[in-house]
Amino acid sequence: MKVLAAMSGGVDSAVAAARAVDAGHDVTGIHLALSRNPQSYRSGARGCCTIEDSNDARRAADVIGIPFYVWDLSDRFHQDVVEDFMDEYAAGRTPNPCLRCNEKIKFAAVLERALGLGFDAVATGHYARLRTGPDGLIEMHRAVDHGKDQSYVLGVLDQHQLRHSLFPLGDTTKDAVRAEAAERGLLVADKPDSHDICFVADGDNAGWLREKLPERIGSDRARQLAGEIVDDTTGEVLGRHDGTYAFTIGQRRGLRIGRPAPDGKPRFVLDIEPVSGTVRVGPRERLRVQRLSGIRPRWCGSVPRRLEGTVQLRAHGAEHRAVVTAADDAVDIELLEPAYGIAPGQAAVVYDGTRVVGSATIATTA
Amino acid sequence: MSTVYLDHAATTPMRPAAIEAMAAHLADVGNPSSLHASGRHARRVVEESRETIARAMNCRPVEVVFTSGGTDADNLAVKGIYWSRRAQDARRTRVISTTVEHHAVLDPLHWLGEHEGAEVELVPVDDRARLDVEALRAAVERDPESVALVTVMWANNEVGTLQPIEEVVAIAAAHGIPVHTDAVQAVGAVPVDFAASGVDALTLTGHKLGGPYGVGALIVRREVEVTPLAHGGGQERDIRSGTLDTPGIAALAVAVELSVKEQPAHAERVGALRDDLVRRVIEQVPDAHLHGAPLDSEELRRLPGNAHIGFPDCEGDSLLMLLDARGIECSTGSACSAGVPQPSHVLLAMGCDEEQARHSLRFTLGHTSTAADVDALVREIGPVVERARGTKAS
Repeated sequence: MKVLAAMSGGVDSAVAAARAVDAGHDVTGIHLALSRNPQSYRSGARGCCTIEDSNDARRAADVIGIPFYVWDLSDRFHQDVVEDFMDEYAAGRTPNPCLRCNEKIKFAAVLERALGLGFDAVATGHYARLRTGPDGLIEMHRAVDHGKDQSYVLGVLDQHQLRHSLFPLGDTTKDAVRAEAAERGLLVADKPDSHDICFVADGDNAGWLREKLPERIGSDRARQLAGEIVDDTTGEVLGRHDGTYAFTIGQRRGLRIGRPAPDGKPRFVLDIEPVSGTVRVGPRERLRVQRLSGIRPRWCGSVPRRLEGTVQLRAHGAEHRAVVTAADDAVDIELLEPAYGIAPGQAAVVYDGTRVVGSATIATTA
Repeated sequence: MSTVYLDHAATTPMRPAAIEAMAAHLADVGNPSSLHASGRHARRVVEESRETIARAMNCRPVEVVFTSGGTDADNLAVKGIYWSRRAQDARRTRVISTTVEHHAVLDPLHWLGEHEGAEVELVPVDDRARLDVEALRAAVERDPESVALVTVMWANNEVGTLQPIEEVVAIAAAHGIPVHTDAVQAVGAVPVDFAASGVDALTLTGHKLGGPYGVGALIVRREVEVTPLAHGGGQERDIRSGTLDTPGIAALAVAVELSVKEQPAHAERVGALRDDLVRRVIEQVPDAHLHGAPLDSEELRRLPGNAHIGFPDCEGDSLLMLLDARGIECSTGSACSAGVPQPSHVLLAMGCDEEQARHSLRFTLGHTSTAADVDALVREIGPVVERARGTKAS
């Protein structure tokens, strides 16, 4: 097959590309330039996530012995991922931009362009496994290394996307990937994993949003996101904050409430009201969720009308047994084990054993 | 798969005679600034090279200042002349240039604007990338006393359009304003005569004319004062410091001499190949179009080896990748260090929108190009364009 290997400059995608070559594919490496670089005075200039990442990817391609190019998808990324991220926070929700990027950029814009240029598949360094099921459909399963499993952020992929994807690392542990990278002479073998959102440089989401939101939604609207922190039980105003986007449902740290609750128990964010700017806090038991409704469902294969399986409600989160009922454009999830602190905007990914069934964006919880 | 190299404007292969000259001096010891016999021998090589270049370019040997290449020479001219002219008269803070210069000129200009109080005025160009002479005249004549420098490239590196240097010099010289020209694409491709042109400073570089990388020259009239950028031994007229690169300089001289001598024949041969390339590519892709000066124009001329072609509804970088996979090497514009394709500032200045700027390829022919190279491109371009169409990451 002609395979396009998306190379971030990290160790995983480098080894994935090398394995695609070993598997006999005709591989071309690309690095996606996703972030705009407003610092540069050359108008229209764009950087990569960093120039070093781009260079690391290029050097890995050299070592593997494949052609390498940089594709500029910064406009698409900005529209489909960054602006969505800002809008979701402004609406009081907690988005997951990595899922969005997989759905809209890596396995959409990049995949479609690759297919158009004559490639058969896109290979990435995600930890997930693909196999052909008894019905001939491609199934996606959790990776062997459960600690690194990334099937959650791939839960948005449909059958067409899965059919043209390769995840060569799904059967390997991260440690083994690093060892293999060293053995192959890839200089990124020891490069630390990335954790934060790629376009928020220092992991400070609230600081980034404080700076960028006024331009996106208008400074008046941005100011309205400031407001009171209210005790949901007593109605007492406990303090003020300068933007609802600094909070997520279930958050405990960083509330900066001067005094403890009368019962001495910690308080958590229960609700975010972006119109009034009010953030409601209260005890943990009030975060208990039994039922979720999801919108924008995406199914990997056939649509399950009713399924008893499990759901994962945040990246690296626990699995909850659940009964999932799908309608055309909505999903109802009844949790058989309660969950706590579930934030609208996050994805609910549905599993049947290790198999990913599909996903939906959490709209409401009860 | 043999490589079809159509990117000579990025860099062109070294001439065998230049390789020979370079190799001959690589094993020699001797710093040209040393006083002993080995030093004198090296100095002799450097000075003979300087004289060779002076003969080829029609300047005096003392006017040849060796540099590490085009960017070094451009920075030296732009910043160095600005500083010395402003030091002579504090009113001189304006620098006039064009919107289509190479970044080696544009970026030092912007830097002067941001850090040295320079007022940078970029004169617009027309849809063929030729500068608007009347706009340049108006800019100069608005307040000639305040102009430190005029810098206009001899030939554009992307679309190949030759600029009216003679008219630029006439406008500036009337007010005693020095003119610098970046001629890295022009030397060896079109006639370039330093003294006759009337420019005060001219940039050339080795690797664009069959010489080595990392060596070039700023030819600068001895009457022009240039404040140095880097301070040190002052080896080159106290304008530029650094131990002289004897093998590189020897090879540069051979390449300049040969390329200037062969220029008329080269221009005719390569120009004919280029015309053939443009006509036959457009035969294969009827809505493709040539950017820059038309092939048959008498008054507006372009570099003989340059064909810059727009392919509507294609991403230039998709085309480049597909051609590369077939062994055909070209460019989407000037190469970018980060490898991130950006819409060309030259095409935008010519009035193209971002979409048009992104669907272009630059094919540049050089001294090793053959009719077989053109045949190979003509064979592949049709299917490649068809493939690239409709795959845009819009």
